[in-house]
Amino acid sequence: MNRKNTTLARGIDWPVVYLFIALTLVGVLSIFAVEHREGESVINTLFHFSKTYAQQVKWLGICAILAIIILQVDSKLFTATANLLYVAGIGLLLLVLVAGKDIKGSHSWLVIGGFQFQPAELCKLFTDLALAKYLSGLETNFRRLKSQIIAIAIALIPAFITIFQNETGLALVYFCFFIPMYREGLPGEVLVVAFSLVILVISALLVNKDLLFIILSAIALLVLYLSRRGMARRRVRIILVVLIWGFCSSFVMFAVPFAFKHVLRPYQVTRINVMLGKEINPQAGYNVMQSKIAIGSGGFLGKGYLKGTQTRFDFVPEQSTDFIFCTIGEEFGFFGSLVLLGIYIALLMRIILIAERQRSVFTRVYAYGVASIIFFHMAINIGMEVGLAPVIGIPLPLISYGGSSLMTFTALTFILLRLDADRQMVLR
Amino acid sequence: MSVFNQSRKTVIQLIFLGIVGAIVLRLFFLQVLQKKYKQLANEQAIERKVIYPGRGIIYDSRGRVVVNNDALYDLMVTPVAVKSMDTAYFCNLVDIDTAQFRRLIYRAIVKNSRVRPSVFIPLLSPEEYGRLQENLYQFPGFELVERPVRNYPYPAGASIFGYTAEVDSATIRRSKDFYLSGDFVGKNGLERSYEPVLMGKRGIQYLVRDVRNRPQGPYAGGMYDTPSVAGRNLYLALDMDLQTLGERLMQNKIGAIVALDPKTGGVLALVSSPDFNPSLLRGADRSSNYARLLHDPEEPLFNRAIQAGYPPGSTFKPVDALIALNQGVITPAFGIVCLGAYYGCGRVYKCTETKPGHASSLLNAIAYSCNSYFLQVFRMIIDQNHHVADGLVNWDHQLSQFGLGHRLGIDLPGESPGYIPDTAHYDKVFGKGRWNSCTVVSVGIGQGETVETPLQIANLMAIIANHGFYYTPHLVMRVEGGDPAIARFRIKHEIPQVDESDYQTVIKGMEEVVEHGTAFDAQIPGINICGKTGTAENYKVINGVRVKLKDHSLFGAFAPMENPKIAICVVVENAGFGATWAAPIASLMMEKYLRDTIATDRLPLLQRIEAADLIPEYIKVEKQQVDSLEKVSLHKLAVRTGIPVPIASNFHR
Repeated sequence: MNRKNTTLARGIDWPVVYLFIALTLVGVLSIFAVEHREGESVINTLFHFSKTYAQQVKWLGICAILAIIILQVDSKLFTATANLLYVAGIGLLLLVLVAGKDIKGSHSWLVIGGFQFQPAELCKLFTDLALAKYLSGLETNFRRLKSQIIAIAIALIPAFITIFQNETGLALVYFCFFIPMYREGLPGEVLVVAFSLVILVISALLVNKDLLFIILSAIALLVLYLSRRGMARRRVRIILVVLIWGFCSSFVMFAVPFAFKHVLRPYQVTRINVMLGKEINPQAGYNVMQSKIAIGSGGFLGKGYLKGTQTRFDFVPEQSTDFIFCTIGEEFGFFGSLVLLGIYIALLMRIILIAERQRSVFTRVYAYGVASIIFFHMAINIGMEVGLAPVIGIPLPLISYGGSSLMTFTALTFILLRLDADRQMVLR
Repeated sequence: MSVFNQSRKTVIQLIFLGIVGAIVLRLFFLQVLQKKYKQLANEQAIERKVIYPGRGIIYDSRGRVVVNNDALYDLMVTPVAVKSMDTAYFCNLVDIDTAQFRRLIYRAIVKNSRVRPSVFIPLLSPEEYGRLQENLYQFPGFELVERPVRNYPYPAGASIFGYTAEVDSATIRRSKDFYLSGDFVGKNGLERSYEPVLMGKRGIQYLVRDVRNRPQGPYAGGMYDTPSVAGRNLYLALDMDLQTLGERLMQNKIGAIVALDPKTGGVLALVSSPDFNPSLLRGADRSSNYARLLHDPEEPLFNRAIQAGYPPGSTFKPVDALIALNQGVITPAFGIVCLGAYYGCGRVYKCTETKPGHASSLLNAIAYSCNSYFLQVFRMIIDQNHHVADGLVNWDHQLSQFGLGHRLGIDLPGESPGYIPDTAHYDKVFGKGRWNSCTVVSVGIGQGETVETPLQIANLMAIIANHGFYYTPHLVMRVEGGDPAIARFRIKHEIPQVDESDYQTVIKGMEEVVEHGTAFDAQIPGINICGKTGTAENYKVINGVRVKLKDHSLFGAFAPMENPKIAICVVVENAGFGATWAAPIASLMMEKYLRDTIATDRLPLLQRIEAADLIPEYIKVEKQQVDSLEKVSLHKLAVRTGIPVPIASNFHR
């Protein structure tokens, strides 16, 4: 392996590169399957960039250059500029609010000289860097509540701005930063509470709120009854149980209906309801239904490459961006889907392995951030296409068509590789 | 700190794996366990398209195409794809108004849903097709689909060819779902008799369609497609020139002509009059034209050549003679004295001939068509064993061997068996043992209960021409690729026990008929024709009263005598003597067939016949009634809708 010793690639973690390339190739081939029609000249199309797969190939070229540039950069640059980039990113997000352009109903695009991109995509990277920078700071003691709140704020401020851009999907991604924070010592209870909240929200949507209130009260009474012995001594516990009961009840009775009425937009409510099976709305359900038909019709081994009927003939909307997984599901079946998920899992596990071998907290936090971002995108995107998650327009990492997304993931991955290559250097 | 949190790495890995595991389970459920998605996908994206083969082409005996296929076009609409178009312009092109346009679209949606194409306007005329074709790009959602339709290069032969129409649900059920809704099947005539041969085999093509239902090419490279097989061609004995001439001669007359090739049984011409242009029963106006034809008092849909039973009249006499000779009841020299009537049975049977000596021999009796002679001969036949019932049974048996009283089995649907009265009939009418040869004597001269179809009379002529055998009359001589169904037309039916010399006697008599007998008008210079006229009394119940109408004019003949090539029967209803109309028509037909042309000096005869209007008065009255009823209903329609409805005046060709 000669090239491993060249200066450019010294210390690079090649398995990640291979997995990265594998995913981008799957992406290009999938977009090709969607767009290509029999009898068309592929060469011609590539030459004129007249179809999205040709565009994607162009973007891959740009990303390759970007990757090489990143690998040339001194890794200290990233730590040094992390906060600056973060501030710049927030600035861009705010700028979008003022000067942004509406594309497909989301006010999240900036157009600079005919070139359009989504700052929210890029901001994931900056946030990850900033979070890593903060948590690796010598003065930070993450056991202290104040530090935890600051870290959570760093992660969630861009999310809130993104919500205002009508990009709820992208905003949700920022919640993935709880994973690196958890790794760095954020109490497990926070994760449990967050998880419980999700359960509570979903049950609040599914079950009649009065019934839910009765159930919650029953559970609270049951807990009190079970811990009736020595109740006098454990006054704190009683208070705690009553507090939780009170919070849950008011959440169910007031907060969720309020959120549905005043915070979420009608189409989001519909999407959530459709996902939960509470509402049959053919318009909102159409995408998911078509997506399920496409994936389901693939069977165990799939219909074969370029032989999918559903994904190739526009039955599934947003085919090459948000619903790209349908192509794989239809043409390669369950087996192909397993292989793809396998590649993702391999990539995620490899990144965690890289994270854990760091002496530098910065790199470790950053690596966990990268893994979490990729994981969130992948899980929500595929979950949406198989009907497990509501329809949230976020791309499948490295596979979906789109320059912003591709460049962001390239930057995320290769900055990690650059940092990892320098893991023998002094602690940062 | 980091060491303390190392176990959290495992937790994070487990979260990742857990959620991916949930997705895998979901995928397993969707892709492996659930089968409905596959089906849904196929329903959505794959269209099963039926490819209709061209129906078999029909050729006449000279190899000319008489029935083939025309590509007409159906204007199809996919309602969901119809948008932003100049509706007024479109309506103008296809000749409808906007209200109708909306109604048609609505009907298409109700019938076939928004996303499936359905017929908007069926079978466009070539002009409409031409106008639409160049402008179709302006009208999204509309397309033109080819639909093969029968084409008739000659405007003749409707009663032979029949017609095709969309299959009805009863036929679909009877065929055990072999036919599909929308298929065209032969409804009458050869189209129906040879339906399995003409139809061919439907092909099936699986097409992939996109979300807007646009075809995107074959599914799986055409792996599951089955090709369509074109229908096989029919080659007829029919001579289209002769057929056309026959129809011309019969215009404005009611009746039939059947011309056979006695050597093969092939049908050379089969005219039923009035007829109609076969093109009336194709295309968009088929059902309205059909309704008009059905309610026409002249009954053009009634194929008189094979379905109408006529009293054969004197054309029956040669058979009488043959049976009498065969049974030894008479010899050719047998003669009677007839002075213009038969008095043998206590009532007077008139004879058209009064000249003394016209019944002095069998030859003369045939030539002058003596009723008295054949009444006597008939009585002698059935009385020969002094038991009239036995005699009649024997007589009926002989007649049936001559192809009378039962269907001959021509390859057209709806053939009538005719009728020969049997003992059971008379027992019922008069009582057993209460009738004798005098009671039934009129049967002997082809009157009374006896009815024969023109086809049976023509076949009788063929038997005499052949000296005692016939082949089942048939139109189709050959089916492309062979067909076992026509093997029965190669079976020779021999009339047993009749001597050759008997035929020669009868044939001589029939020659006399034309030479200097009743059918003097049928002569063709240079050709020896053998014929027999017939003038048949007939009655009809009109307005509840049984009225005796003018006699039917009949003529049966074959020619040339030495080597018969054509046997013919002509019936003209209510036209009087057989010699007046039927004989000259038959003569012209035979001349045309044998000489391929009609001599110049006979053209005035042809024109005179063509020009003659022999439609009986009672039908004209009925026709007027129907027409005025129609006018009234059209007028009412016009008043109701506000649209003036044109009254088709030149409906009949």
